[in-house]
Amino acid sequence: MDDTAIMLKGTSDGILLRPKSSDWEVVLASFEEALEEAEAFFRGGRLIMDVGPGELTQVQLTSVRTLVSQYDIQLWAILSQNEATIHLARSNGILTRLPRDTEPRKSTSEVPPEQQALLVQQTLRSGQSLHFPGHITLLGDVNPGAEIIAGGNIVVWGALRGLAHAGAFGDEESIICALELQPSQLRIAGHIGRPPEQRRRTPVPEIARVEEDHIVAEVWSRKR
Amino acid sequence: MAGKIITVSSGKGGVGKTTTTANLSLALAMLGYRVTCIDADIGLRNLDVMLGLESHVYYDIVNYIEGHCRLRQAMVRDPRYPDLCLIPAAQTRGKDALRVEDMDRVAHEAAEMAQFVLIDSPAGIEHGFRYDTTPADLVLVVTNPEVTALRDADRVIGLLEAEGRADTQLILNRYNHELVRKNGMMSAETVIDLLSVDLLGIVPEDTRVLGASNQGQPVVLDDRSAAGRAFRDIARRLSGEELPVKALEQRRFLGKLFGPRRKELA
Repeated sequence: MDDTAIMLKGTSDGILLRPKSSDWEVVLASFEEALEEAEAFFRGGRLIMDVGPGELTQVQLTSVRTLVSQYDIQLWAILSQNEATIHLARSNGILTRLPRDTEPRKSTSEVPPEQQALLVQQTLRSGQSLHFPGHITLLGDVNPGAEIIAGGNIVVWGALRGLAHAGAFGDEESIICALELQPSQLRIAGHIGRPPEQRRRTPVPEIARVEEDHIVAEVWSRKR
Repeated sequence: MAGKIITVSSGKGGVGKTTTTANLSLALAMLGYRVTCIDADIGLRNLDVMLGLESHVYYDIVNYIEGHCRLRQAMVRDPRYPDLCLIPAAQTRGKDALRVEDMDRVAHEAAEMAQFVLIDSPAGIEHGFRYDTTPADLVLVVTNPEVTALRDADRVIGLLEAEGRADTQLILNRYNHELVRKNGMMSAETVIDLLSVDLLGIVPEDTRVLGASNQGQPVVLDDRSAAGRAFRDIARRLSGEELPVKALEQRRFLGKLFGPRRKELA
């Protein structure tokens, strides 16, 4: 990804895209490249585009919308200080302010989003998904049919029975651990693992990580 | 005081929504409550058949919404239990004939005249799901002890939670103790553990249910039927009676004896 062309980060409201280059073609190409790199992470999310004072044309808006729709992403909001752009966004049925406040929440520290951590207290049910660019701790279960996707590690204080993808941007060092590790599928970076057919009679906490190109799960124990 | 509006939902088709609605409506009427059940499965009218009221249907819910009749005229009274009324679905119309506001209005108007209003919703989580759960005070999710049915029930419960609905309860239908013992079927404990939702009742698998539905004589009318007894128990729970769910009693007892082990951190 050409870092000088765009700024891209995950926020609690959605994916935030800030074009930095004035060359629209370059912006679009960099964005597409970023989407392709971490498709699993972005898929199904929503996009907030912060275009600043510059004017956005209908053609540009449509080009972004078409691009993200291929990744099942909704162009949700366009933030702008330009009256014409705000008007254009509204006439396309796109939000021009975020529901809670006008600016995406500034992160409290300078910690990059990939290193931030999210704590969620909820059971993820079938059809629900949780995406975060950093690490995720979930106090609750991940039911079959639900998914949890993180740029970093995933810790589930509960039963993991759905799909979990750690290291979604490609970090092979990421781990997934759960009190009950009975996922339909585990993914770490580009590796895919399926649980053995046989289930444990009494579930025990386990940690999954990549070892020699395979995902292996081991029982958590104090003696190490 | 307006009656309680209860929507019977499931996500997956064929788990026994309409059977549940018919039997609970009748069971509540047998307890002496004024009950109105609404068939919201527009285009796939079934509830009247199960209740044995098909031949009494003249107007339906869409006729009322479109102003062709009064609500009272669309309400079919059960000759066995006059406290029970049915508002039938339209057989010849599609699901688009009804909007969310329409169902909301009909349900609340019916609740003015009854102590319980039961809505039998269509399968699926699309349009129909919204208009049937919007007016509800309580949503009953019906499921079977099968992986696919549970997956869909979980999805429905998730959608209801996302809308901020706390009052969701579960009915586990077609439960077979014998099969659970022989390890072929999921146990009630497994189901509750997965769905983590309040269990209102377990209805055992019972061959009498099918025959009863075919004859338009819901199984609650049959004293010898285990499923009929289960539905009568659920109706009593709905009316506010404290009645433990048998299959889970044992577990509670064992739980008291053996766990959960806690330690105090002073």
